[in-house]
Amino acid sequence: MERPIKVLVAKVGLDGHDRGAKVVARFLRDAGFEVVYTGLHRTPQEVAMAAVQEDVDVVGISIHSGAHKELVPKVIKYIKEFGGNPEEMVILVGGIIPEDDFEELKKAGVDGIFIPGTPIQEIIDFIKKAVAEKRKAVAKK
Amino acid sequence: MNVEEIVEGILNKNRRALARAITYVENEYPEGKEILKRVYHRTGKAHVVGITGFPGVGKSTTVSKLTQEFRRRGKTVGIVAVDPGSPFTGGALLGDRLRLDGLDVNNPLWLDEGVFFRSMSSRGRAGGIAAKTGDVVRLMDAFGFDVIFVETVGAGQSEVDIIEVADTSIVILMPEMGDDIQINKAGILEIGDIYVVNKADLGGAEKTVKWLKSMIMMDQEALEILSKTTHADEHAVESGEIFERLKRTKDWIPPVLTTVAEKGEGIKELADAIEQHFEYLKKSGKLEERRIRRLSREVFDLIMDEIKNLLSKNDVINYREVIQKVVRGELDPHTAAEMVVEKLIRL
Repeated sequence: MERPIKVLVAKVGLDGHDRGAKVVARFLRDAGFEVVYTGLHRTPQEVAMAAVQEDVDVVGISIHSGAHKELVPKVIKYIKEFGGNPEEMVILVGGIIPEDDFEELKKAGVDGIFIPGTPIQEIIDFIKKAVAEKRKAVAKK
Repeated sequence: MNVEEIVEGILNKNRRALARAITYVENEYPEGKEILKRVYHRTGKAHVVGITGFPGVGKSTTVSKLTQEFRRRGKTVGIVAVDPGSPFTGGALLGDRLRLDGLDVNNPLWLDEGVFFRSMSSRGRAGGIAAKTGDVVRLMDAFGFDVIFVETVGAGQSEVDIIEVADTSIVILMPEMGDDIQINKAGILEIGDIYVVNKADLGGAEKTVKWLKSMIMMDQEALEILSKTTHADEHAVESGEIFERLKRTKDWIPPVLTTVAEKGEGIKELADAIEQHFEYLKKSGKLEERRIRRLSREVFDLIMDEIKNLLSKNDVINYREVIQKVVRGELDPHTAAEMVVEKLIRL
């Protein structure tokens, strides 16, 4: 039987708002995913450690403060440092991200970027497809 | 990671290996079973502490503060936190990790080498834990944690499965949670080795403490009186549960503590009580007794699973054909069952 998709929804840094993250978490739950929510003000290390310990398929980082170029690559770096393999995970970023930064984030290892107004179904479909691909790649190895 | 790497990893305290092993076990992959077989010899040292209680009483906060306290005492801590899965979609929001605080900003528990936290969905099971929680605890035990907390789903009145995995069960309540009749009902209010009235600063805590204490004392007296009659003796023999409780209440009287977990008040005393209970279990032989009882039930359940697997394989016994015979009236259900078991034994 296919195991349920496990998603970490993380708030990192100084952002004080998490309604968006909570709404997304709730929608993902309703889509049948198992969602681990971290709460506010986590450091990149804490998010990375949670991703490793919880052995999630997806790391979704919600960020509004503009610090995404700093913080997201750090999360990915620390996942590696803590023994995890970020390439086996789907890394997503959500929030207020200028289009100019997309390329840089993708180069850092981000698989998908979702800005405000993205239909939730788009995110769900993206996750299902991306996780299926990653799992297939891992199984082949 | 393959089975070999994961087993090696667990024995060498590699967190990623533990995390992956838990995933395999939780999702019933064949690799999970193999890993469990290979690390079993390393288990049995941890003190497994169950934390249960109604939603909102402060289970996660208490676990967080207890983890801090046990870290101060030099113990390593594994935590399994179970949250409910949706009966409609199977989805779950696992939100207990976010209460896990650090000793201070520079020493967050999230990053502490001596702490491992894992969230689990109950996946529709009703007893307050997930079907595989016991096996996940066993993996953490093999990894070498001194104390393993199992936080149940915010339980209702009958979610008592925690006693199937925990050595020490803690039941947390809040002030003004019902009158003395509520407290004398069965269910989670009879499984506690330790009772805690959290949020004791809300007022009304003394009354709840008094009720809990009277419940515990009345149980003891009532059982002692019952045990002197022959009728009760019969009962006690039939029902191991009553016997067990009778013995338990004689030499361990569950303490009733008050805490304000959010402020850390009463946490030291609770940690002391947890350690005292473990000592009591070890000295009295109850730990072994409880574990023997749990393991015998576990092996029995696994035997039943194996038999079900055999029955589903057509080349062993054509189960469907047997059923058809019963339907046609050529066999009665009792004879059919006896025949099937006979056949299985001869395999």
